[in-house]
Amino acid sequence: MNTLIRTTARCFRGGAVLFNKPQVDRHLPCASARLLCSADIQKNLAEMVKKDKVVVFIKGTPAQPMCGFSNAVVQILRMHGVDDYASYNVLDDQDIRQGVKTFSNWPTIPQVFFNGEFVGGCDILLQMHQSGDLVDELNKLGIRSALLDAEQESK
Amino acid sequence: MLSSALRTARPLLLRPLTSSSRSLALSHHRPQMAPDPTRPVETSIRAKLTEALQPAHLEVLNESHMHAVPPGSESHFRVLVVSERFEGLPLLQRHRLVNEALRDELSSRVHALAIQAKTPQQWDSNPALAKSPACMGGSKHDETVADKLKAGRD
Repeated sequence: MNTLIRTTARCFRGGAVLFNKPQVDRHLPCASARLLCSADIQKNLAEMVKKDKVVVFIKGTPAQPMCGFSNAVVQILRMHGVDDYASYNVLDDQDIRQGVKTFSNWPTIPQVFFNGEFVGGCDILLQMHQSGDLVDELNKLGIRSALLDAEQESK
Repeated sequence: MLSSALRTARPLLLRPLTSSSRSLALSHHRPQMAPDPTRPVETSIRAKLTEALQPAHLEVLNESHMHAVPPGSESHFRVLVVSERFEGLPLLQRHRLVNEALRDELSSRVHALAIQAKTPQQWDSNPALAKSPACMGGSKHDETVADKLKAGRD
């Protein structure tokens, strides 16, 4: 439960990074101000994806995903025992939702980042899980997959 | 279904193509047919992927009916592309090629795109079409999906 709260807390913290901007930025009508906001969003995203080893942008939250593909990402991470990760709910923030697509040049949600690097969406994470590559990639992050322990126990 | 599929280390989320399921999968695949005016998005996807990737095998499935969108929508798709162009490319680059080919559709009418991108050798050794997870209703109150559906109807 604590980890879920922490995960949700990270989500809010991420939101706070954006919402701490002075209100005036969000209401200026001219194009240059809008571009500035967009650049700010990109800058924020660059920070967000580096702040934690595993960062996901999903619809909903790990406790309550709102999309089957996002849920698949959450379930896969859960299977590997990855419970300490940052999760951002794009349904809460249209700027983030659009911004992350621009940031990673990837048109859909969910999006997964390892050590600040874009990994892919649900399909790629699933294939990595099925091929065993995900265990290796998590290992590179210094995260030991729970599946390794499960394998050990069954021996 | 998802939980049981993920439970094993090598989960059976991939559905092997038996003869009956292959015919079911292939019922969505219409190679070299005249464009279907009732399915403009599907037709466009097929044409663009064919042109960009010269696939040895291509399946384009409209999965909109699996999601919280009106009947007849063309908003959620699954594509299986088998192409030599993917040789030597990591998954991310393969998917980016597919995304690039479908850039217009993805920015206007298509809300979700599930991708399998295999080389001919990979396909031959494991000709299995993956299944999409169950919808969790996210599209129901989603304005951007409503916008894309409208774009598809216009």
